[in-house]
Amino acid sequence: MEEKELTNGETTKAFHKESFPEKPYWNPYLAGIGLGIVLLLAFVIMGRGLGASGAVSTLVATGVAKIAPNHAQNNEFYQNYLVQENPLKDWLVFEVLGVLVGGFISGIFANRVKFKIEKGPKINNVQRLVFATIGGALMGFGAKLAGGCTSGQALTGGALLNLGSWLFMLSVFAGGYLIAYIFRRLWL
Amino acid sequence: MIAPFYKFGMFGEEFSLIVAFLIGIGFGFFLERAGFGSARKLASQFYLYDMTVFKVMFTAIVTAMLGVYFLGVFGFLDINLIYFTPTYVVPQIVGGFLLGFGFIIGGYCPGTSVVSTSIGHLDGLFFLIGVFIGVFIYGEVYPLIANFATSTAMGKATIYDFLHIPYGVVVFAVVLIAVGGFAGASYLEKKFYSKIFGS
Repeated sequence: MEEKELTNGETTKAFHKESFPEKPYWNPYLAGIGLGIVLLLAFVIMGRGLGASGAVSTLVATGVAKIAPNHAQNNEFYQNYLVQENPLKDWLVFEVLGVLVGGFISGIFANRVKFKIEKGPKINNVQRLVFATIGGALMGFGAKLAGGCTSGQALTGGALLNLGSWLFMLSVFAGGYLIAYIFRRLWL
Repeated sequence: MIAPFYKFGMFGEEFSLIVAFLIGIGFGFFLERAGFGSARKLASQFYLYDMTVFKVMFTAIVTAMLGVYFLGVFGFLDINLIYFTPTYVVPQIVGGFLLGFGFIIGGYCPGTSVVSTSIGHLDGLFFLIGVFIGVFIYGEVYPLIANFATSTAMGKATIYDFLHIPYGVVVFAVVLIAVGGFAGASYLEKKFYSKIFGS
């Protein structure tokens, strides 16, 4: 009965939702072992770990060098990412392209690919996008100061028992727990 | 010793980019499987009712750590050839806190925001744009903070060298801490889930 009151599109959507429900996430330990094996493969095959923020650095440095070559030339930070003839032929850039594809493949098979804005129940979409951008900027800055992010420092350095990486990882959790209560309205 | 393969010249730079892409696919796949394309899932770690982030991260670290250790002991992998980021104590602690703040405010980290973007989440894309902005700001102010960013340098520093404890003992200790941590995490999840959402 209710179905008849829906428009065609809505019926299709409801049908789609019923036939292709989102699959549950994997057991965390199983997913963790999978991630650990990928990291181990990177060590064994390449002699390096995983990364994410490093690819952003290469893209930013390349962009700055395109727009203001002299400015990039005089900046030691950008120069670090511009040593190769074609800076975009960079290991981390290709790895992050892979992450984009791998995430999509996993999402498709679990029926989780959909356009949406994920947020806590007490804030609106615009607020969420503003906070996401601010959080991203804090992280981009912090990751560069720390020499890597959760991938390059916490995971990679964690597995290698890198002292700085462990200090970094403990600081990430400490920082998160420190302000979690103040910002609880964003998520709870 | 025959690994790392790349360092022993088994293939060249062009092929290494294909390896990068394939390893990235594996990385993205397992991150998404774990639920790390979802900001609420990630943020829940800090409200203690879902400690998936801790469980996945430490399982991955322990798995790779054991692999590196035993492949080294068996003489297959030369650990000294693995790229090892140098330690800068204070910048890494300050950077870590900034990441912790960014996590609560934005809900992702750089890698997970890529995964989130790949499954169509607009907040993930905005976070990723934010990362670009943050890196750009860092690049612009770098000349002013270069001295701080390279301060308290310790070079290549491992936990076992720093504490003067054998490598294998630290590996074993990390495994024990992780197992204890997993039990503690599951206990906290139950406690805080009912506290926040009622039972």
